[in-house]
Amino acid sequence: MTPECELPMSAPSDHSKSSPLTTYFAVWVALLFGTFLTYEVAKIDLGPWNAAVALIIASTKALLVALFFMHIKGAHERLLKLVVITTIAFLIILLSLSMADYATRLWS
Amino acid sequence: MRPTPRRCPLADSQIIVETASHAEAYNPALLHHFAEPQQQRDAASLGMWIFLATEVMFFGGLFCAYLIYRLAYFGDFAAASTSINAALGGANTAVLICSSLTVVLAIWAAQTSRRALMLLMLVLTMLFGCAFLGIKAKEYHDKFVEHHVPGASFSFEHEEIPGHPGQYANPHHAEIFFALYFIMTGLHALHMIVGLGVFTWLLWAAWKGRFTPDYYTPLEIGGLYWHFVDIVWIYLFPLLYLIDRHR
Amino acid sequence: MATAPAQPVERENYLNAHYGIRSWLLTTDHKRIALLYLISITFFFFIGGFFALLIRLELLTPAGDLVQADTYNKLFTMHGQVMVFFFLIPSIPAVLGNFLVPMMIGAKDLAFPRINLLSWYLYIIGGAMMLHCILTGGVDTGWTFYTPFSTEFSNTKVIEAGLAIFVAGFSSILTGLNFIVTIHRMRAPGMTWSRLPLFIWAHYATSLIQILGTPVIAITLVLVVAERALHLGIFDPKLGGDPLLFQHLFWFYSHPAVYIMILPSMGVVSEVIACFARKRIFGYTFVALSSITIAVFGFLVWAHHMFVAGISVYAALVFSLLSYSVAVPSAVKVFNWTATLYKGSIRYDAPMLYAFGFVGLFTIGGLTGLFLASLGVDVHVHDTYFVIAHFHYIMVGGALMGYLGGMHFWWPKISGKLYPEGWARLAALIVFVGFNLTFFPQFILGYLGMPRRYYDYSHMPEFQILNVFSTAGATILGVGYLLPMIYFLWSMRYGKPAPDNPWNAAGLEWQTASPPPTFNFDEEPVVTWEAYNYDEIDAAHPEEVSVGG
Repeated sequence: MTPECELPMSAPSDHSKSSPLTTYFAVWVALLFGTFLTYEVAKIDLGPWNAAVALIIASTKALLVALFFMHIKGAHERLLKLVVITTIAFLIILLSLSMADYATRLWS
Repeated sequence: MRPTPRRCPLADSQIIVETASHAEAYNPALLHHFAEPQQQRDAASLGMWIFLATEVMFFGGLFCAYLIYRLAYFGDFAAASTSINAALGGANTAVLICSSLTVVLAIWAAQTSRRALMLLMLVLTMLFGCAFLGIKAKEYHDKFVEHHVPGASFSFEHEEIPGHPGQYANPHHAEIFFALYFIMTGLHALHMIVGLGVFTWLLWAAWKGRFTPDYYTPLEIGGLYWHFVDIVWIYLFPLLYLIDRHR
Repeated sequence: MATAPAQPVERENYLNAHYGIRSWLLTTDHKRIALLYLISITFFFFIGGFFALLIRLELLTPAGDLVQADTYNKLFTMHGQVMVFFFLIPSIPAVLGNFLVPMMIGAKDLAFPRINLLSWYLYIIGGAMMLHCILTGGVDTGWTFYTPFSTEFSNTKVIEAGLAIFVAGFSSILTGLNFIVTIHRMRAPGMTWSRLPLFIWAHYATSLIQILGTPVIAITLVLVVAERALHLGIFDPKLGGDPLLFQHLFWFYSHPAVYIMILPSMGVVSEVIACFARKRIFGYTFVALSSITIAVFGFLVWAHHMFVAGISVYAALVFSLLSYSVAVPSAVKVFNWTATLYKGSIRYDAPMLYAFGFVGLFTIGGLTGLFLASLGVDVHVHDTYFVIAHFHYIMVGGALMGYLGGMHFWWPKISGKLYPEGWARLAALIVFVGFNLTFFPQFILGYLGMPRRYYDYSHMPEFQILNVFSTAGATILGVGYLLPMIYFLWSMRYGKPAPDNPWNAAGLEWQTASPPPTFNFDEEPVVTWEAYNYDEIDAAHPEEVSVGG
């Protein structure tokens, strides 16, 4: 038994059965609303901020799915959060250090 | 009561679980190299999360290519993007979101011994998945008919860049957009198909009564995979379909 | 009345537990899978070595007189691809790692034994595809597959080779996944992170790289195959594509890949030096964390392969600086191994000879990496034999020596037999001499300007003497590699039976029988001691166990 693993990640919540359901439906509504928002905001001219807004909404939706549908929120172990954060960090390394080349090609 | 030993060659050897009392269930799903079911559950869950990490990096290479070319050829990409159907893309996003909901409901049903609901949710998940693929097929068909499929018969002449009347998109750059579009959504669709295969097995196992409130790990890790496929689409939709849509 | 001495009853172990080809091909025992890998990677080592032999034969004379130019391109390509993807990347993790990781942490098996078997089958499938590719014409793009040559102009089997490596890559990913979950979830009671052998830390770090890096080359190969088949334009400058995008994606994996190749070797060296100096590794925490640091920093430096390819000068500066920083954790290890030797009680058994070889040769290889990381120097020595010497010092002088050292160290555990120590020391010496004779002249050749991947250097005939030394060294090196194969096989039949712990080494794997039973331990171990507790071990066993063969 590994010391750092205390409570099961997947145990149903101790309180009343309806609370996970409420959360699930609330997240579902939020995700659908986020999709609608993305679609509508895309029709408004925000200049360079269109892409940023789209990505922020997408990331919020992804976070909701990860936290609530994939049960990261209930996980008592930090390991899973570490896995997610590490992965995102390395993806960002790939994207940003590549951009270090592409963004500066025309400087000289 | 000891079950008859399995003789399937790839199966782990027969498990011996010394139980303190008959009340503690002999768990037929416990594999021999784990000390207890919790350890096995945690291993399966961590294993799936790490697999998802590899998938993130797999798609990540495509996102890197996409990022670089979008910044370099923004106008051409915008022109190409306007020619794909954002309404269908949005519909697909909604379909996947609903399917993610049915997945968590299926797991909740397993946790609370609601067999009929669990089966229903699994079936609905698969139906949503099929709907997604059906809409995708329609989109691909449209692109095929318009000669926007990269390759020998690709054609993207005289398409105006949104917001720049009189300026036409460079067909080569548009072809790069469509190449990335087909590879990214195609790879995603492939993952969906695999997901449907996984859920077919989950449905069969659920039908057979394999899942109880004590053991529903395959549902959980299958669900993790499905949610990941949903998350990839959540990013693909705005990035591919909604470039410069306000013009 | 029989007067012949009674045959000792052979205790059941993982080798004799089941017989028959099915029991091997359908095994889920991590130890058997390790042996399956051992046989397979040795096979590919011969193939890669065969190509190396042909290369060195061609380079004996300045003229391109042994093979044609196109053939030579295929030789160095196949040598690189086979050696990197089908030998070095799997080598230690798939053989020694598979065998030892569960045992070192006190587990009965890896977390996912069937996925372990799947990873071997994926390796075999990828290997079969690569073999088929080789036999039906091969590839000539260089192991680096640079575009647009590989996607547009090469007339060789790029798609097949790319797909072969794609499949083998998943083998690597699954191994890494298995190790990470195993190390997190399957440690025996009392085996805390700070009590783990450094071999485990090294494999954990290696697995991180396998998980995060390999998928990127997988997708890159998909793009290359798609581009080659459909002429998409992603990497083709005529169609608006950027060939450098390929290089960025390729090297994002392929640089960390070199750390996949070296980190497990470093883990072996830590184990061997601690055992044969009878001391705890100096600065255990630093060595453990340096493995993780190397894994992380290794992802930040990839464009140092592209300094003269056309990246922006500002990016080159950034990557140069980052490349210097990645040498720091490696240096930490070298200093700590050296400090471990101080006041140690040193024995010169074969594994230790390989470990010494590793430390010296890896240091040279690593330092020359710093020369290459310097932009000004790199402009001159990029694409010359200097680069080739640098990476062979690390991969052959480092990784391969660590592999051989590890094979010798754990051979008694794996086979239950002792190898002949005299021959082993001789072989280690031959390998060391042969290696330096092969590759040191290449530093000089590169510095003097001999380009890599040239089959004809008749415009620079003065390079011949150094090339002759190099080829002579390669022959000696080949002998040095053949010897262990011969005496290991010999020992399986004629070697002395090995005791459980012939080296009196620390580590859980030595506390079970040689060879181990199928489920590793008769009882689940409970760990109450620190790693490398050689002071306790030697206090309990004052007489040294001699292992002469």
